[in-house]
Amino acid sequence: MRNILPILAVLAALAVLWYAAVAPMNIRGALDVADRGGAEVIPAEPRDRFEQSAWRLMMANPDHIALGYSLDRPRLPTPVQVADELWNTTGEMALRGRAMSKRSLIYHGWITLQSTLWGFALGTVLGMAGAIAIVYSRVVDMSLMPWAIISQTVPIVALAPMIIVLSSQVGIEGRGVPKAIISAYLCYFPVLVGMVKGLRSPGAAQLDLLRTYSASGVQAFLKLRLPASMPYLFTSLKIGIAAALVGTIVGELPTGAISGLGARILIGDQFGTPLAIWAALFAAAILAGILVTLLDLTQRIILRRMGMQA
Amino acid sequence: MTSPVISATSLDLTFQTNDGPVHALSGIDLEIGKGEFVSFIGPSGCGKTTFLRCIAALEAPTGGMLTVNGMTPDEARRARAYGYVFQAAGLYPWRSIEKNIALPLEIMGYSRAEQAERINRVLDLVELSGFGKKYPWQLSGGMQQRASIARALAFDADILLMDEPFGALDEIVRDHLNEQLLELWARTEKTIGFVTHSIPEAVYLSTKIVVMSPRPGRITDVIDSPLPKERPLDIRDTPEFLEIAHRVRDGLRAGHAYDD
Repeated sequence: MRNILPILAVLAALAVLWYAAVAPMNIRGALDVADRGGAEVIPAEPRDRFEQSAWRLMMANPDHIALGYSLDRPRLPTPVQVADELWNTTGEMALRGRAMSKRSLIYHGWITLQSTLWGFALGTVLGMAGAIAIVYSRVVDMSLMPWAIISQTVPIVALAPMIIVLSSQVGIEGRGVPKAIISAYLCYFPVLVGMVKGLRSPGAAQLDLLRTYSASGVQAFLKLRLPASMPYLFTSLKIGIAAALVGTIVGELPTGAISGLGARILIGDQFGTPLAIWAALFAAAILAGILVTLLDLTQRIILRRMGMQA
Repeated sequence: MTSPVISATSLDLTFQTNDGPVHALSGIDLEIGKGEFVSFIGPSGCGKTTFLRCIAALEAPTGGMLTVNGMTPDEARRARAYGYVFQAAGLYPWRSIEKNIALPLEIMGYSRAEQAERINRVLDLVELSGFGKKYPWQLSGGMQQRASIARALAFDADILLMDEPFGALDEIVRDHLNEQLLELWARTEKTIGFVTHSIPEAVYLSTKIVVMSPRPGRITDVIDSPLPKERPLDIRDTPEFLEIAHRVRDGLRAGHAYDD
């Protein structure tokens, strides 16, 4: 538990920064609300306020700064407000038995999680298959690897609508499949790179040893290359699943989806409710944290079973 | 006279590199009889490891004849003629010691029962009984190398090829392992090919010492050791021992190994 102190210190520093930022970010909103409520605000004209910096407004209206911390539609909500909103759209709804309501983040998180897991599975299979092909064939190495790298330089936001359009064109209904494809597109790359490195990690002497046993290629793969690549694989999987989640959310953003965390973020933006955006953002972060932690535990268990010092 | 286990006749091996051809082996003539302990000694680049790798069919000679048990090295390998011990123990970190020893047995398709029986026998041979369940990182360097020797002994090859197996170990551990290796050799009656660059090690262990020199890699002297088969460690202080060591040193010097 020696580690808990630095962790808490960093968290506290973040919270202080956040709270400090709320005042200048919300001063305009606070003054508008105060103005409408009949309080005295300097300057009195909204248009004049628009032309002044947040700092000058704060200095001119010190009494109204506090109001910025309790707005209904804050530009930057406080952590407590975000936590409140998060609880209201998850735990509280679940307690009322409405966890799968369309307003619940559990429902939207579940939609996003499904596509993420499909994308992760697809991306992992593709990445591993690609890595095996690259390690065993020089031709594939020279021809596939450059395309894999190029694929990651194309912005996924630009590709996502095309993938949605194309998949509906070939008769795939719903958004689950195209979202999974977009997610796999981001996820396969770290798996591919990590597995190539892992499969190539056994040294020449290790391979020579198997040759002295006249081991077949399949035996060399199963007994040496694959187990040797495990630590690399898990590192890649952890990056991969985070990328898959990002891919799914991006797949939900510009495509008119109405469910999923990405859709919540977009809707929050369109309806001017930053609280909803922040809650969805934190829901996504928590989801990613859970997924990565689960993979980390799996890694520890498997590597320990394999006798490695994990 | 029985036919030799390993026989090389004017063996050549030239590597084509970007800097032109490298003559790793040139005109190697050598016969190794059954049950001999043959050391190959010489400076870096003299081809001693390359010759061992040729016997193991890990390198292909570019000229001359090489037979192992009367077969080509390739056929001999498929007939499981030899076990090979590398300089690094090269144990798989994800396998326990007994699973590491089982590796060649699994590949060669031995039954589970036979694997277990052989693992116990070779662990006993290298004095590692009771360490089968340990993982490599739990063992010292010397113990790891003994485990790798056990792995090479697990299937019944009559030839044991060892490429500087104790090169990375300190001298005290090395002395101990040398003694153990001689005992093991006496008990198993294997033919051993042993690459080293330590003169005392070569003289202490071998019945035949092959002195090699580089550019091109060739044999400069072959010394049949008059030392008895029973060799306590203090044999290294006897005049006979010192005389052979002297001759090996002369052979190394004659190869102009220290000119540059």
